Amino acid sequence: MRAPLSWIRDFTPLPDDVAAITDALNHLGLEVEGVEEPGAEINGVVVARVLEVHPHPDADKLRLVDIEFGVGETRVVCGAPNVAAGMLVAYAGSGATLPGGFMLEPRTIRGVVSDGMLCSTRELGLGDDHGGIMDLDAALEPGTDICEALGLDDAVFELSITPNRPDAMSIVGIARDLAAHFGLPFTPTPGAEFDAGDGAVPVEIVDAEGCPRFTARALSVRLGPAPDWMQRRLTLAGMRPISNVVDITNYVLLERGQPLHAFDRHRLPGGGLRVRRAGEGETIETLDGVERALTAADLLVCGTDDVPQAIAGVMGGAAAEVGDDTTEIVLEAAYFDPMTISRTSKRLGLRSESSARFERGIDPNGVLAGSDRAVELLVEHADARVLTGVVDAYPTPIVPPRVTVRTDRVNRILGTSLGTAEVVALLAPLGVECEADGPDATTAVVPTFRPDIEREIDLIEEVARRLGLDAIPRTLPSNPDHVGGLTAAQAQRRLVADALVGAGCSEAYTLSLLAEPLVAPFGYAAVDTVTLTNPLRAEESVLRPAVLPGLLGAVAFNAAQGNADVALFETGHVFRRPVDAVLQPDERDHVAITIAGTRAGRPHEADRPVDVYDAIRAVDAITDALRLADVRLEAAATPGLHAGRTAAVIVDGTVVGHVGEVDRDALAVHGLTGPVVAAELDLGALLGATRLARRYSPPSRFPASGVDLAFVLDDAVPAAAVLATLRTAAGDLLEDVRIFDVFRSEALGEGRRSVAFALRFRSPERTLTDAEVGEARTACIDAVTRAHAAELR
Amino acid sequence: MNLEEAKAILTQAQADAEATLATADSLAAVDEVERTYIGKKSVVTSVNEAIKGFDSADRPEAGKAIGAYRAAVIGAIAARRDSLAVGEAAERIERERLDLTLGARGPERGHLHLITQVQRELEDVFVGLGFQVAEGPEVETDWYNFEALNFPPGHPARAMQDTLYVDLGEQEQVLLRTHTSPVQIRVMEQRTPPIYTIMPGRVYRRDTLDARHSPVFHQIEGLVVDEGITLGDLFGTIDAFTRAYFGPSITARFLPSFFPFTEPSAEFSVTCIFCEGSGCTVCSRTGWIELGGCGMVDPNVFRSVGYDPEQVSGFAFGFGMERMAQIRFGVDHVKAFFDDDIRFLRQF
Repeated sequence: MRAPLSWIRDFTPLPDDVAAITDALNHLGLEVEGVEEPGAEINGVVVARVLEVHPHPDADKLRLVDIEFGVGETRVVCGAPNVAAGMLVAYAGSGATLPGGFMLEPRTIRGVVSDGMLCSTRELGLGDDHGGIMDLDAALEPGTDICEALGLDDAVFELSITPNRPDAMSIVGIARDLAAHFGLPFTPTPGAEFDAGDGAVPVEIVDAEGCPRFTARALSVRLGPAPDWMQRRLTLAGMRPISNVVDITNYVLLERGQPLHAFDRHRLPGGGLRVRRAGEGETIETLDGVERALTAADLLVCGTDDVPQAIAGVMGGAAAEVGDDTTEIVLEAAYFDPMTISRTSKRLGLRSESSARFERGIDPNGVLAGSDRAVELLVEHADARVLTGVVDAYPTPIVPPRVTVRTDRVNRILGTSLGTAEVVALLAPLGVECEADGPDATTAVVPTFRPDIEREIDLIEEVARRLGLDAIPRTLPSNPDHVGGLTAAQAQRRLVADALVGAGCSEAYTLSLLAEPLVAPFGYAAVDTVTLTNPLRAEESVLRPAVLPGLLGAVAFNAAQGNADVALFETGHVFRRPVDAVLQPDERDHVAITIAGTRAGRPHEADRPVDVYDAIRAVDAITDALRLADVRLEAAATPGLHAGRTAAVIVDGTVVGHVGEVDRDALAVHGLTGPVVAAELDLGALLGATRLARRYSPPSRFPASGVDLAFVLDDAVPAAAVLATLRTAAGDLLEDVRIFDVFRSEALGEGRRSVAFALRFRSPERTLTDAEVGEARTACIDAVTRAHAAELR
Repeated sequence: MNLEEAKAILTQAQADAEATLATADSLAAVDEVERTYIGKKSVVTSVNEAIKGFDSADRPEAGKAIGAYRAAVIGAIAARRDSLAVGEAAERIERERLDLTLGARGPERGHLHLITQVQRELEDVFVGLGFQVAEGPEVETDWYNFEALNFPPGHPARAMQDTLYVDLGEQEQVLLRTHTSPVQIRVMEQRTPPIYTIMPGRVYRRDTLDARHSPVFHQIEGLVVDEGITLGDLFGTIDAFTRAYFGPSITARFLPSFFPFTEPSAEFSVTCIFCEGSGCTVCSRTGWIELGGCGMVDPNVFRSVGYDPEQVSGFAFGFGMERMAQIRFGVDHVKAFFDDDIRFLRQF
């Protein structure tokens, strides 16, 4: 909503201080997004009359112009093609300043002194037209300051009005709030009374739910332009002047918040109006020339013949549009049901100044005043004559609600200590009449132009707003009985992220919305995924069923920037279609890791391509940080990962995710060639898994005995299986076992490898004898050779 | 051998020992000097033997001369040994010297995303103020995202938030939450007052990813429900948070606003952290930076979770974490948070 200060001043005598008014508007909740002061930078420019135009002695395109500006005459050099004797122009003499801080002084142009200049629209910062100088209204008086002449000494407040304040979508509503704030009188001029005229416009409300009130009257008019001041105000408010009749309806809309519609009476079959719901599939051509298809939810204003003439409250029809040849109009002023207008406007994608007001709720009891105001202006500026009395169809008048306000409740919500009289005094200037209701309460009669006020709490808000939020004492909740903290899961999620950061991975945030082709290589079909019904772009139409597909996008983005070697991780929600009749998706917390390109070893070691063992290290960083008790890897296959280089991560016997090398197809979608290794785990499952016990056992003081064993194993035998066998066979004395070497050779043969294990034995009670260690060693060898068809090397 | 001869022998031997030591360039050579001049076959032994044949009157003086000799030679040997040992240690150090400025072995540490860092800082401040942290699903029903929060169907306030819907349930029944506020409803449903909770999380709007918009962003929301909570408590709490997070010179300002789920509602701004209120380009010369929205929990919201608004009152507040990060760290492009450019991630 753009509100010119001069217009607001029609209703309350505001001070000149634009900054103070801006501040007041903000403190009233009418947020100022910008203030325009078109004349603020123009100084000393006056209206002048061109007396004579002479050729320039030394330039074809320049002319010497003699002008008169009320208190004197002078000569300027001018290059504008449109300058002519008798014309009224904007003259900037020596010492005048123009937008941009440009100050004029006499200068010599091609040998002739020019005492200032004549201005174009662009030079005054009023538009882009630089084709010639401004041709001013002939009625202006030479010598008048241009800002006064053009109404530029005004400020336009650009306000962002919240949807609860339809009243503030009008100059009058803004003026009411400001008058209350500054303690100034507020005088909304009533519309004049008019002769009833003969007869009436036939009006029929078929749908009273959609249209609680409808008024109409007929007038004769003379089409022409609206007066300059009105055009100027409309322009400042952001509307384009069209003709006096149309401009007046717009003017009243802006001033009173009452949308009006003028139909050409001769193009309105039967000359009357009928308000009804549309038929399913019924169509109307609206003012903008678009054919609109309607549904039974839409409300129409039709002619007596039932042919649609307007989409009620949204936009008029083309058929009975007011045009140059219009001589009589039917003026409609109505109150439509906000929800009906909102639905229609939203469904048609058609928002107008009118629908924006109806859908928020205009004042049903201000309808006639709006119509009267329009008639007053039509009589004055369009030679209008009232042809009929007003028809006011208002079957069930909407009465102002009465709401009890308990003073104690006000203070308990706001933390204030106001008395009842203070509450009443704060509410009164808003048009809220308060009736005494005992010493501790009041009954507020809420004006119908404030549909947002229905309850006690709404009036408490008004009290706070009037009081000013700065006046509310700032306190802290007095109850000390609440302890802050993170839950175990929240603290451990931090731990997981920190562990990955420590392991060299950086955290990425990718969009949770993906393109279908990105998830396809990972085996997710449409039956698994949740899809948006109204995506803005196909690239963001599927809710991610896993983090990895999007995270690969981040790898690809970095590769495109010349950073192919990145280690990234992301934690976040993933979504799969719910099973059974659950409404919401199966939504889980996942963690995914991608490590791409080359692992830098230099200068200490050689660089090498990343491999799956790098990904396992990152997985271990998580499981170690969480102290998980039972984690193992098992060869597995899953879509998107290399079938020979993938393992399932099994925690407490359940698969919680996979680690492996990303397959070529999945990389190709992102234009990557690899290698990229990755893991994706169900973080929720990890956080819920069994942890290592935190219990003390004293470290042994006795020496350890080491035993190294190397076995030749078939490739099909996983090292983890041999480790498990060794742990069982070695018994209680085994302190630690780990793999220290893997190699292949021709001698070992194809499909076989040697795996060497380092075992360490130790007793908590004594030094082990050679015989004890030897026994354990034999048991280990026997068990492994038997269980895995292995040979001891 | 008489006393005089013995003294001459010792003097000569001491001089020889000192001369040899001076040229000894290894600990082995010093050991040799020790054997020769102090050991069993040295002058010490031979003079001691000879003393036995001296006049008893001469013996003490001879003994003193031997003592003096021993002290002098042993001292010289020790001194030489020390100096040689120092040299050898220094030589080993030189031999084993490494250039540590080559830097570390192994992968560098990674970086937490800036939004995670901001979220943790905010969480920690509120935990210090006695708040717990709650979360909820990102795909919500219309009930939790709108209706329970006092957005009736068709309410114009719904148009303030461009919603993305998913293909579950009936048309426009299941959606991507447009704010973290549905978690308020879930927390109130699951618990009883007093409630002092913040709710960080990912939210969605129907927007294109560009410099100023993103279809995905992050909010943090606070909810307090207790007996006797006032608007003043809300303002005081936000003030306390502001000072704890930005510093003591930063205060909060409140202007009336509108949100369906709070009444009264306000927008809150903080003193511009760059100009401290004097006006600069960051704050458009207002001295204030708008952060978020807040207000007293609307009685209709309490009713939708079965709370009695006459028994308890409460407040809620919320703001965007990307915006917070943009303000604090001067990130001028929302898209930067989601590109995951490693050069961006490494900056924090």
